[in-house]
Amino acid sequence: MAVPRQDFAALPFDACRSAALDRASSLGCRHADLRIERIRTQSVMLRDARLEGAVDDLTLGMGVRVVRDGAIGFAATVEIDPQAAANLVERASETAAITARAGGEAVELADEPDHGTVEWTAPYRIDPTEVPLAEKVALLGAWSADLLAAPGVDHVTAALLCVAEEKYFANLSGTVARQRRVRLEPRLEALGLDDETSTFETMRTVAPPAGRGYEYLEGDGWDFEAELAEIPGLLAEKLRAPTVEPGAYDLVIDPTNLWLTIHESVGHATELDRALGYEAAYAGTSFATPDQLGRLRYGSGLMDVTGDRTAPYGLASIGYDDEGVAAQSFDLVAGGRLVGYQLDRRIAAARGLARSNGCAFADSPLSIPMQRMANVSLRPAATAGPTTDELIAGVDRGIYVVGDKSWSIDMQRYNFQFTGQRFFRIEHGRLAGQLRDVAYQATTTDFWGSLAALGGESTYLLGGAFNCGKGQPGQVAPVSHGAPSALFEGIRVLNTRAESGR
Amino acid sequence: MTGRGGSGLPPADSVVEEALAASRAAGCVVIVEDISDANVRFALNTTTTNGVRRDRRVTVVSFVDQPAGVSAGVASASGPVEIAGLVAAAESDAGSSEPAEDASPLEPTGCDDLFAEPPATTDLGVFAGILEDLRPAFGAARAEKRVLAGFAIHELRTTYLGTSAGGRRRHVQPTGAFELVARTADGAASTWAGVGTPDFSDVSLADLDDRLRLRLGWAQRKVDLGPGRYEVILPPDAVADLVLEMDFAASGREAEDGGTVYSAPGGRTRLGERLTAAPFEMWSDPAAAGLECTPFVVAGSSGADTSVFDNGLPIPPARWITKGALNRLRYHRAGARRAGAAFAPPADNLLLALPGSEGSLDDLIAHTSRGLLLTCLWYIREVDRSTLLLTGLTRDGIYLVEGGEVVGAVNNFRFNESPLDALGRTIEASRSERALSREWHEWANRTAMPGLRVADFNMSSVSPAS
Repeated sequence: MAVPRQDFAALPFDACRSAALDRASSLGCRHADLRIERIRTQSVMLRDARLEGAVDDLTLGMGVRVVRDGAIGFAATVEIDPQAAANLVERASETAAITARAGGEAVELADEPDHGTVEWTAPYRIDPTEVPLAEKVALLGAWSADLLAAPGVDHVTAALLCVAEEKYFANLSGTVARQRRVRLEPRLEALGLDDETSTFETMRTVAPPAGRGYEYLEGDGWDFEAELAEIPGLLAEKLRAPTVEPGAYDLVIDPTNLWLTIHESVGHATELDRALGYEAAYAGTSFATPDQLGRLRYGSGLMDVTGDRTAPYGLASIGYDDEGVAAQSFDLVAGGRLVGYQLDRRIAAARGLARSNGCAFADSPLSIPMQRMANVSLRPAATAGPTTDELIAGVDRGIYVVGDKSWSIDMQRYNFQFTGQRFFRIEHGRLAGQLRDVAYQATTTDFWGSLAALGGESTYLLGGAFNCGKGQPGQVAPVSHGAPSALFEGIRVLNTRAESGR
Repeated sequence: MTGRGGSGLPPADSVVEEALAASRAAGCVVIVEDISDANVRFALNTTTTNGVRRDRRVTVVSFVDQPAGVSAGVASASGPVEIAGLVAAAESDAGSSEPAEDASPLEPTGCDDLFAEPPATTDLGVFAGILEDLRPAFGAARAEKRVLAGFAIHELRTTYLGTSAGGRRRHVQPTGAFELVARTADGAASTWAGVGTPDFSDVSLADLDDRLRLRLGWAQRKVDLGPGRYEVILPPDAVADLVLEMDFAASGREAEDGGTVYSAPGGRTRLGERLTAAPFEMWSDPAAAGLECTPFVVAGSSGADTSVFDNGLPIPPARWITKGALNRLRYHRAGARRAGAAFAPPADNLLLALPGSEGSLDDLIAHTSRGLLLTCLWYIREVDRSTLLLTGLTRDGIYLVEGGEVVGAVNNFRFNESPLDALGRTIEASRSERALSREWHEWANRTAMPGLRVADFNMSSVSPAS
C-alpha cells in the first residue's frame, strides 16, 4: 500500500482561486498566480540485492506569486483552503513591498494569452508511484542477484526513483491549467575488486531517466535485460584494461554521455537569466552574452540545437509552464551560430521580448517559479545518416565514450571536464578494448567547433537527469537532452591517475 | 489563523501522539519537521526574488516482527496529512518487506521538557539590518561601477521525534547564510564573501562589502598564468569546500565493500592508518560552540550508514581523524556491531584544526614567497573514488602572492586534486574559524576550518571565466 492519496481532484481549487485572485485584485497586484500541487516521490535502494532503504513521500501545498509595486513577492504554505490562499496573497504582497523598498528596477512580465481552462496529461500507461514497493524490490532484487552471481562482480547497488506530479495553476489573466505527469530513474551499478592490484572499478547501467510510466522497466523504451547481461563482462574488461595515454584524440561520443555535455555547455549557457547576470552570485553567468546573439560562432556548421518542452517522454515536457505559458519548441543554435535563449516571462520582458518561450518551473508548490531548462537537444543528421559503427569506422585513433559519470564546468560555461562509464579505444576504425582513467577536457566553443560528424536518427536517444540544480534557495529540475552519436576531432584527454599525481 | 505557532496546522506534538496511538506495529517512530524560512535574493544591484515559507513534513517509520527478524517501512507527507493513512502506509510497506539488515532494538531515548512547545518561526524581519543597508550599498556600487549580487536565507527547523519506546525529543535548528558577490561593471573582476550564522545578529553587509572592495582593488593588476602545480593559500571557506568531501566519503560500509578512498584490500578499511603527515584533527560534535546542531539521530530513511532503527539516539562527538590518522567511519548501530567499530552516526557540523596553529590568514600570506591566494572553489565533483580525486574551478578571486604580499589577480583554473593529498602537502595552517563552503553550504552550513598553505596544488588547465 502507498501513502494515502488524498483525492487531489477533491481539493477546493475554485474557492482557493477566487479567494486568492480576488484579494490580489483588491490589493492592486499587477500579476498573481496560484499553484496547488501534489508531488509524490518514491525512492527504493538495494545493496547486494537486499532492500537498504525506501521512502514514499507526498508533498502537497500551495504557492502564490504576485507582482506589485514593481517587485515580486512569493509566499507558500502546506495548508489548502480559501482563507490560507487569501493570506498567502497578503504575505506575498508584503514581501514584494519590502523588496520594493530595497530599491532596484521595476519588474515586468511579458504578455501571455489567456488560455482559458485547459488540461494536459503526459503519455504513460502505469503510474510508477502506484506500483507496490514489494514489486519494485522484487524486480530490482532479481536484477541485482543476477549481476552478483556473475563472475567478477563483488557488490551491486540498485536504485529506483519514481515521481508523479499533479499541478493546478490559475492566474489573474484567466488561465486555469490542470496537468499530470510521471517520471522514473532506474540505476544499477556493479563493483569489481582486483585483489592483486588492490584496485576496483565500477560499471553502471546507462539507461536514461525518462518521462515514462512503470512500463519503461518492462521493456517499453529500453531493453534492461540486454543491458544488464552485458554489465559483468564490461566490468571485468574494464578492470583489466590499460590506463589511457593522455593526449589529443578523436572522440565518438555516445548520446548516453553527450546529453550531459550538451546540458552543461549549451543548456545552461543559453539561459537568458544567467547571460544577463541574474545568477551571478550562484549558478554563474554565460560566455554567450546577448550582444553576440546571431553572431557568436558556437560550433561547427553541423551544430543545430533546439529547446523544447514538447518532446514525448521528455523530463521537462509539459503543456503549460509555471507562469501559464504554453509549451513551445525553439532554436538556440542553428548552423553553429547562437540564435536564441531560454526565457521566462520576467526575463523576456527585461530583454524587451514580446513573449516567453515557456521555461518557468518551480520544483515544489513551496518554491518560487524561476527560469529553468527546457529539453535542450542536438539535432541528428538526416534519417539515412551514419550509425555509431559507421562513425567509429571513420576514426583512425580515437576513443568511443559511453555513459556519464563525473562532470564539472566553470561559472561562465567555458572550461569543462567529463568522465564516463565506458571508454573503448578506436584503432583504424575498429574498437580495440576498453581504457581506464579517462577524462576529456575542453573549452565549449573549441569542443563544438571540432564537431565533425553527426550520427543519424537511428543513433538518437533522449538522455537526462532528475537533479539539475539552480537558484537560491536551491531548486532541482528534471530535464532531458536528445542527442545522436557524434564525432569530435582532436579533444584533450587526461589520465585521471596522473592528474592525482600517481 | 488557528492553533499554536500562528498556523492552522495542528500542534506538532499532538501529531506525534496521534500517529503513535494509531500504530498497530511492533514499533513506531514519528518525526515531525516544521520548517519556517525566509530568503532574499539580489543581482544586478537590484532585489530579484524573495519569499517566506512554512513547511511541515510528517514521517512515520513502522517496525514489523517477521519470523526471521524485524522489517521497516517509511511513509512521509507534507501538507494536510491524514495521519491514520500515513501510519497504515508505513505498516503496509514494512509488512511486505524482508527483515531489515540494519535492525536494532528501539531504545528509550528520554524526553525533552519542551516537547509540547510550538515550532519556532522566522520571517523577513531577521534581515532588517541587511535590507536597510542594501539600498545605499546598491547606490554606492552603481557610483563605483560595481555590480552586487547575493543571497540571504534563514531557516528555523523544529524537529519533534517520538518513539513507541517512550522517547520524546524536540530540537530547534537555526541555519542562516549570507553571500555577497561584487563584480566590476566591465565584468573583468569579481569576488565573493560568505558567512554562516544562526540569527544574522553577527552579519554586517557593510563589513562584507569592504572585504570585497579590497579584493576588487587587488584585481587592478592582472597576471596571466598557465596550468601547473602551484603553492596555494586556501582560506577557511575553500578548505571547507574540499574537506566536506572527505566527510561525505566516510561511509564504513562502503569502505568495507572496497569502493572508496578509505578502503583497504580484503574487505577491510583504513581505520587506524595515518592519512596525513601533519597531525590534523577532524571531528563533529553536536555541542561544538557556535556550531550547535541536532543532538539526536533523525533518520527518515535507512542508507549505507544511517538507520531508521537509530532514531532518537544521542549523536556522540566523533573524531573522524585524530593526529592525522583515520579514527572513525560512519556506522549505524547494526553496522558497528557487524564491523566491530564504534556507532558513529552523521552529525550536522564538521570541524578541522591543526593543533598549535594560531596564526591568521594574513600570516599565511605574509609567509608565502610565491603562491596563489584563493577565495572559494566551485562545481566540485568526484573524478576518481579510489583516490578521492576531485575536479572543480577557482572562482571569484584568485590572487598572486609574491614576497608575502598580494601583487595582482590571476586567471581562474580548473583543478584536479584530492583533499587527502592536499592535507598531506600542507606547509602551514592558520587557526580554525567558522567557515562557509560556497559549494556545499546548503547541505552543510556549520563548519570550522583553518586556512591552509599547500604545496604543488594541481591546476590542470586555465578557465577563461571571470
